[in-house]
Amino acid sequence: MAFWIASSPHNHLKNKTSALMRLVIYATIPGILAQWYFFGWGNLIHISLAIASALVAEFFILSLREKKIPEQIFDGSAILTAILLGISLPALAPWWISILGAAFAIIIVKQLYGGLGHNPFNPAMAGYVMLLISFPVQMTSWQPPLQLMAIDLSAFDTLSVIFTSYTTDGYSVEQLKRHIDGYTMATPLDTVKTNLTLGLTIAESMDSAVIGKNFGIGWEWVNAGFLLGGLFLIFKKAIDWITPFSFLFSLFLFSFIAFMYSPDSNASTMFHWFNGACMLGAFFILTDPVSGATSNKGRMIFGALAALLVFIIRKYGGYPEAMAFAVLLCNMSAPLIDQYTRPRTYGHKKTQNAQDKTNA
Amino acid sequence: MTNGAEYKELAWQGLWKNNPGLVQLLGLCPLLAVTSTVTNALGLGIATLFVLICSNATVSLVRKWVPKEVRIPIFVLIIASFVTCVQLLMNAYTFVLYQSLGIFLPLIVTNCAIIGRAEAYASKNPVKQATFDGLMMGLGFLLVLFVLGAVREVLGQGTLFDGAHLLLGEWAHILRIEVYNLDNQFLLAVLPPGAFIAMGLFIALKNFIDNKIAESAPKKEAKSIERVRVNFDAS
Repeated sequence: MAFWIASSPHNHLKNKTSALMRLVIYATIPGILAQWYFFGWGNLIHISLAIASALVAEFFILSLREKKIPEQIFDGSAILTAILLGISLPALAPWWISILGAAFAIIIVKQLYGGLGHNPFNPAMAGYVMLLISFPVQMTSWQPPLQLMAIDLSAFDTLSVIFTSYTTDGYSVEQLKRHIDGYTMATPLDTVKTNLTLGLTIAESMDSAVIGKNFGIGWEWVNAGFLLGGLFLIFKKAIDWITPFSFLFSLFLFSFIAFMYSPDSNASTMFHWFNGACMLGAFFILTDPVSGATSNKGRMIFGALAALLVFIIRKYGGYPEAMAFAVLLCNMSAPLIDQYTRPRTYGHKKTQNAQDKTNA
Repeated sequence: MTNGAEYKELAWQGLWKNNPGLVQLLGLCPLLAVTSTVTNALGLGIATLFVLICSNATVSLVRKWVPKEVRIPIFVLIIASFVTCVQLLMNAYTFVLYQSLGIFLPLIVTNCAIIGRAEAYASKNPVKQATFDGLMMGLGFLLVLFVLGAVREVLGQGTLFDGAHLLLGEWAHILRIEVYNLDNQFLLAVLPPGAFIAMGLFIALKNFIDNKIAESAPKKEAKSIERVRVNFDAS
């Protein structure tokens, strides 16, 4: 079990992997609740589909690899991967999206590389990126917040849309995305991005219906929920505070510089913080102990690099949201970061270390 | 070694044990880039096969007159002239396919599988064996291209032999099989990352089969030589 990669001191609580995973799963609850309140049942359905698919995939591979099945299948890591994937999917995506994504995340990204503790990439985000580049239409059909939609969407309707792509009354996903006034709504990040290409300023974009009074109806609360869950995890010492802090601070810094430089073409700092997958990524995905950097200095660089990538892709990239791509690129650079930020061994002096280098 | 056994060994080496695609991992660039459909894969595979046979035969023919110091440029020249032939032929007869293969057709010149065979086998062996080796190596490469193309086409578009008439002529329209109907393409299988993943899975499958064969094969026991000690002094 690869949870024990931490170096000395060795005298802290001997948490089992499953206990840690359970804690992280509990911490996603406020965010999921906010998602349910503002966007309806879609994500809950996708989370359950993804969990089922991930468990079946895990069972299949574990039996092929002749591992201890009951112990490893319920260690919570597969369930957590599925939950994170289910949270990030568009609520009205068809059912096979979450099934395929979770199976890919578990089989290819996690188990083929050697299982828990050996995967170089975060499985949930790799699964998400696979889906995004394979099925761009389904993966960008984001549902607007319920309060803005012209058509009422009940739990049963959501289920019907996911499985048959039409509601019980025969409305398609495209029709569901319409505002009462008849135009199709996008996510706040997408709205701002599209409006910029149309020559509108940020201030004009902020008047858009999907953004509401603050930074995006629903999205701000979902992010606040994940922020709350993340703080709970830090308080419980389940995750280290350095990565999220470094990520959020750097994102704040980059967007602040851009905003100061040209407020008409750059969204505000808080808009970046409370939109898209920002908080989910900061507290639940970048802090993945397997695919992230391990030393304190390394985590600082890791978070800052992720923030830089998120900012650049959100501003200049082809996709409105960048968290998943940023995470994968950072996962790739994590071994290199670790190589150059190896902490000094206790008892070795810095000068001695430098001398060793010159001698070698 | 008898003649038959030698040819058998050559075929086994080219098609399975030393397959240029799966084991030597040569010519990966075209292998991964053009195998999005069976037709493309077949087109490039056949072109490579043709070049490989001709270049092996020619290299083997001239092997006694080629000075060792400049052999590589000469091999490249020979290969390049055959590639030019293939390119012109495909330009004339299968123009649409020629366009869809694009740069990868002239790039056959740089395919390491071909120059590798010229250097490692054809320049040291008589024409007959060299030609046969070229045929088998080319077939091995073609086979990998074909399987990879088939898997990617089925996963990506849900069809098989789509556009085969571009390669084989008008009658080949009937070859097109619609395995299942997709509303939207599975783009990962069509894009290069899908080729990498599929290729990795194929190599794993081949190693798995090899391991199974090795396990099931009867183990040869080490020959123990019994010695009879004869004590001459005692007599």
